Amino acid sequence: MNYSLTILILLIPFCVFLFNGLLGMKFKPVISGLIGTTGLGIITVISYLTAWQYFFVDGMVDGSFPKVTAMSMHWLTLTPSLTIDMGILLDPISVMMLVVISTVSFMVHIYSLGYMKGEKGFERFYAFLSLFSFSMLGLVVATNIFQMYIFWELVGVSSFLLIGFYYTKDSAVAASKKAFIVTRFADLGFLIGILVLSYFTKTFDFNVLTGEDHSIFASTAGVSFLGMSVMTWAALLIFMGGAGKSAMFPLHIWLPDAMEGPTPVSALIHAATMVVAGVFLVARMFPVFYFQAPDALTVISYVGGFTSLFAAVIACTQYDIKRVLAFSTLSQIGYMMLALGVSGYEGHEGVGYMASMFHLFTHAMFKALLFLGAGSIIHAVHSNVMQDMGGLRKYLPITHMTFLIACLTIAGVPFLSGFFSKDEILVAAFEHNKILFAVEFLVAGLTAFYMFRLYFNIFWGKEKHYHHTPHESPLTMTIPLMILAFGSIFAGYIPFSKLVTADSMPFVTHLDYAIAIPSVLIGLIGIGIAWLLYKKESLIPEKISKALGGFYQAVYHKFYIDEVYIFITKKIIFNYVSRPVAWFDRHIVDGTMNGIGWLTVTSSKGIKGLQSGNLPQYGMVFVLAAIILVLVFAFLI
Amino acid sequence: MLEGIPITHVLIVSAFMFFAGVCGFIIRRNMITILMSIELILNAVNINLVVFNKYLFPDQLQGHFFALFVVGIAAAEASVAIALIINIYRRLSSISVDKVNEMKY
Repeated sequence: MNYSLTILILLIPFCVFLFNGLLGMKFKPVISGLIGTTGLGIITVISYLTAWQYFFVDGMVDGSFPKVTAMSMHWLTLTPSLTIDMGILLDPISVMMLVVISTVSFMVHIYSLGYMKGEKGFERFYAFLSLFSFSMLGLVVATNIFQMYIFWELVGVSSFLLIGFYYTKDSAVAASKKAFIVTRFADLGFLIGILVLSYFTKTFDFNVLTGEDHSIFASTAGVSFLGMSVMTWAALLIFMGGAGKSAMFPLHIWLPDAMEGPTPVSALIHAATMVVAGVFLVARMFPVFYFQAPDALTVISYVGGFTSLFAAVIACTQYDIKRVLAFSTLSQIGYMMLALGVSGYEGHEGVGYMASMFHLFTHAMFKALLFLGAGSIIHAVHSNVMQDMGGLRKYLPITHMTFLIACLTIAGVPFLSGFFSKDEILVAAFEHNKILFAVEFLVAGLTAFYMFRLYFNIFWGKEKHYHHTPHESPLTMTIPLMILAFGSIFAGYIPFSKLVTADSMPFVTHLDYAIAIPSVLIGLIGIGIAWLLYKKESLIPEKISKALGGFYQAVYHKFYIDEVYIFITKKIIFNYVSRPVAWFDRHIVDGTMNGIGWLTVTSSKGIKGLQSGNLPQYGMVFVLAAIILVLVFAFLI
Repeated sequence: MLEGIPITHVLIVSAFMFFAGVCGFIIRRNMITILMSIELILNAVNINLVVFNKYLFPDQLQGHFFALFVVGIAAAEASVAIALIINIYRRLSSISVDKVNEMKY
């Protein structure tokens, strides 16, 4: 049981960040790229070794996977019993996340060598990528909720920096600010949740919070606020942070705009790793949610279900290929949240938890592949918009094949990884809540439809007039595509129910044909409709959208959620809260302070003449005062 | 020596000396003169000490000793003051108190 190497997983990216950030511009850009990529390569190897050792060499203790604290040190001591530690916690989900993050990040590092070649700020890009990898890895191995919060914020910062990478472009700057403010707003809830939780339990430590001993929650019994128990509040507030990072409705508005960042960043941060941090958070705190706040879990399942449907509907109408993928990400994360929400804890009851983690894993592979494929297409066509594309299959054979594999995977075609994980989620939903199951079933069809709408529009249809003949991307970009395609195909054969479960004990699952077959069928129907509508350029889609009229417009404008936010913030909050508060600040608070200053200056001007430096005057005052004192003492006392 | 002289006469002399000193202290501009005025004040006090001792407690000597102390301290104080005045003169080429008002504020 020796995991001393795991400390390198955090140290290497941090050192690479410092090196590239401080010294990167002194060398040729490609050097910082190579250093970053090599660093991530080493981390990937260490992560794989750790996973191998954790799952297969050390394996289970007493029939379940233990929580191993590989490293821990005191960082802050608040009270003798309440301390904030920094450390590395290894358990099935954190080890799994290490594998996911390092793999995708490594692929993105290689890919960016080609994609970002010749961009201004190449070394800055690699420095930020390393910073992101550092914070994300630190987040998943956190031993306590406070460490997680610190890295959580670091992740938010690196996301902000990378979305705003093209800082001369106004839309990118606006998008980065939007992402930062929205997630930061959600993190406020997270922080309050942490404080509430630790106030009652007197600990931050995950080992204690999610351990067998529930007596730490005894002090919360009977404490309620506004009709909900205090643990439900804490859980919901913590989930608010998770919903912000994972872009759950109604905090999803930042994610589509975040596509202004470079495409590899979208693949890494806004598809595979950072946006699943919310799912990871709920999974990490799952025993707390399950035993102490089951109501919060119900909320999570409905939020997840609604978001997945909502985003899938919007994805059907968007034309920017990266935005389609962004809404697809929202929808898939909704799936994961829903699966967590409907999950039980012990044995086969915990299938939702397992399915969620399983889908997280496979989704990271195929969604990163989709984004990198989209990057390759954008690289060839120099446009994000679907109407500028068509008939690209001849020009981009490798991208075409890998993109097709990813589309098939996400659509849930049998024997690809997405099929297995989605099937488990549907099983979990079916066992728990029939309405949510119906929603997810519909979303499965919609997913297949919009993905193949995208696919046919890009690779089939009429060839557009290109400025120059599109050409396949260089090897640095196609090799990651191929590796990820390999992962998308085969990741489904990993026996997740033996490795990553809610109670860390393996259980047996099998394909439920009563659910698998209909879900495959609806996926195929979705593909079929897309094939009919978009294989050849036709007017039918336009007619359908005309026929739907107002509804289509509403969907196309993302249900006007952005406009609602702008209305609420600009009109209501600005006018009725900010302005009065600003007035109060300027006139009352500042006025008080200015008044005190004015009073001091004026009075000192008045009395400074007393200290003239004129000795006889002092003597005069002294003598007169003495005489007055004498008179006072003589006549009054 | 003081036989036959009422105490009031002596006190009037000392009060006169005291107020002469105070007036000199306030009115004069020359630092040496101010120093001399201070000496006048101190000596007025000395007279009071001696006189009160003599008339109120003739068989005790505290008043006399205090007068001697005051004389000693006045000498020490005068030497310090003269040293200061010499330094001020070297610096400002003047011993008028009007010139020494740099230490205000």
